[in-house]
Order: sequence, then C-alpha cells, then structure tokens
Amino acid sequence: MSNRVTVVENILSANDQVAHLNRKLLDDRKIFSINLMASPGAGKTSFILQTIKALSPSFRIGVLEGDTAPVTIDADKVNAVGIPAVQINTGGDCHLDAIMVSKGLEKLPLEQLDVVIIENVGNLVCPAAFQLGTHINVLIASIPEGDDKPYKYPAIYRGIQVLIINKTDLMPYVNFNMDYFRQGVEMLNPGLVTFPVSCKTGEGIEEWVQWLSAQIQTNRS
Amino acid sequence: MHELSVTEHILNLSLQYAEQHHATRVTDIYLVIGRLSSIVDDSIQFYWDIISQNTLCQGAVLHFERIPAQLLCLDCEYTYEIPADLTPCPSCSSTRIKVLQGEEFYLDSIAIETATEEK
Repeated sequence: MSNRVTVVENILSANDQVAHLNRKLLDDRKIFSINLMASPGAGKTSFILQTIKALSPSFRIGVLEGDTAPVTIDADKVNAVGIPAVQINTGGDCHLDAIMVSKGLEKLPLEQLDVVIIENVGNLVCPAAFQLGTHINVLIASIPEGDDKPYKYPAIYRGIQVLIINKTDLMPYVNFNMDYFRQGVEMLNPGLVTFPVSCKTGEGIEEWVQWLSAQIQTNRS
Repeated sequence: MHELSVTEHILNLSLQYAEQHHATRVTDIYLVIGRLSSIVDDSIQFYWDIISQNTLCQGAVLHFERIPAQLLCLDCEYTYEIPADLTPCPSCSSTRIKVLQGEEFYLDSIAIETATEEK
C-alpha cells in the first residue's frame, strides 16, 4: 500500500523547539540576549569589546563565542577584560544552532548575569536560518564589505531587529554608496533600527549602548 | 553551506512521520522552498543520498517546489515577482515593499509504503 502523509512542518522545527527552551531559560532569569551575526572580519569581537566597555559598569555580561575551528582566540580576548566567555566550537559547521547555544549557556554563570551576547560564526548565509532563542538578532555590516550585501544576502537582512554599520571611519577610502545600501535594507526590513559605528574611533557606540540599556531595563522590569 | 544540517533535519522529520504512520518505506519527500531561502537543491540531494542509507528513507526521491519571491508595493499596490536581484517597484520605483511569499521552508508531505494486510 502506498499513501501520502501530510506534514507541513518547518524543516528546522526541531531547532526552533530548542530555541524556545533557550529563551525560557533566559527569561526565567531575566537575562537579555543577543545573537550577533556578520561576515568574517566585520568586527564582531571588536564590537563586543566596545559594548562591554560601555555597558559593564551598569550590567553584568556573559559571552558565547562561536567558531568553526577549535580555537579560543575570541573567548580569550573577552576573558582578558574580566568578562565570563565560553568558546563554542561548531566542529566545522558554518553556524551556531540552538543545541550548541543550550550547551554553551550551561557553562556560563547565568545566576550572575543580566546580558548574554552570542557571537555567531562569521557567515551571512547559514546563521540566518537557525534561531537561537535570543531576544534580538543583530547584524554587523562593515563598510569594506561593499554596499550590495543586502541585495545578495536578503535572508539575513530580513530576520534582524538591529543593524550595525561598522568601520564608518573607512568611508573616505572605499566606494560605498550608503544610499544604495540603505535602499536595499529598507526594502527587506522597513524601519530597521540602525546604528553606524566605528569600533576603531568609538564613534556611535554610545548611541547603541543607550538603546541597548533601555532594552535590558525593560526586560528586567 | 548549511545544507548538511538542513538535510539531517529533513531526514529526522521524515522518519518521525514515517514511523508514526507505520511506513515500511518512504518513496518521496515533498519540500516547499521559497526563493528567499538560501538552499542549494543539488547539495541537499547529495547529502540525502548518503545520510538516508540504511533508513526507511533510503532511495526516497526529493521533490523541490520552488516558490518565487512575490512582492507588494505599499505605495501603488502593484504586485511583482523578483527574477534575480531585489528590485524596487517596477511600476512606481517605490522601495516601500512587502514580501508576500518566497520565504517558505517546510516539509509539505511524504509518500510512504505500508505493509499490505494479508486476508
């Protein structure tokens, strides 16, 4: 006998279920969480360090660092400024998934944290598909990457709540048409909260941290 | 590059439903994928042939229904499909648009064989 069985279920529903559990774990402890995505070299770790510098006097921060290779370069940088950081090695996978994050969260001192920042694997394609359970998805676009990225990687621009445009100090040196870039973003994600920053000069970090602080406060109350 | 993970999810989901329905074999897998979802069909087929071995899904044929990306212009209400690149409204050039479809990413159904009851 042969017959057709209707499924109509999201292909990644198993991941989404674990993401819901991650969110509950964080919500129960009133911890605000961020999934930080970007291409390799966009400045994710520098951005985390700048955020820590401005935010750590007010809030207790923990970091999960995702990488494809068994290195601890990023976690070491964060630990060096006195912030608990756990390295997650994906074993070659091109993205973090909810289960990896669940295991990583077990290793952080959650009872002592207000914020968890998760640095995803450097990649503009795969991380977009896997929800981790965080409160916001943040993408860093950097000026040297070029202004066509929203057009070429629409999925990641569709699924974010905040866009950071990093390395604005390089604007005089590269051909980056900000209007063209912003038009692409606007078509994919109208009214997206956007912060142009330079992790090198510190420009724009204060505005981002002010916005973030308000989100954390709201989450705690 | 995440086709292996995605293929594993497709396999697990298919096996779950196949077992629930007491399948002896899965013959076809019907997937619905929107154009805005970044998935390479050939890669999924490649991984599928390897990881479905020695499961109920071995030899099952993957069918991909591709849904075009359809956009609605919020200014002039013109509806259009994007062939390749993301483009402003071809009618009035507005960039205020809404995605109507193209983000689908689900397993629609599977075709299974079950043991015929002997009478």
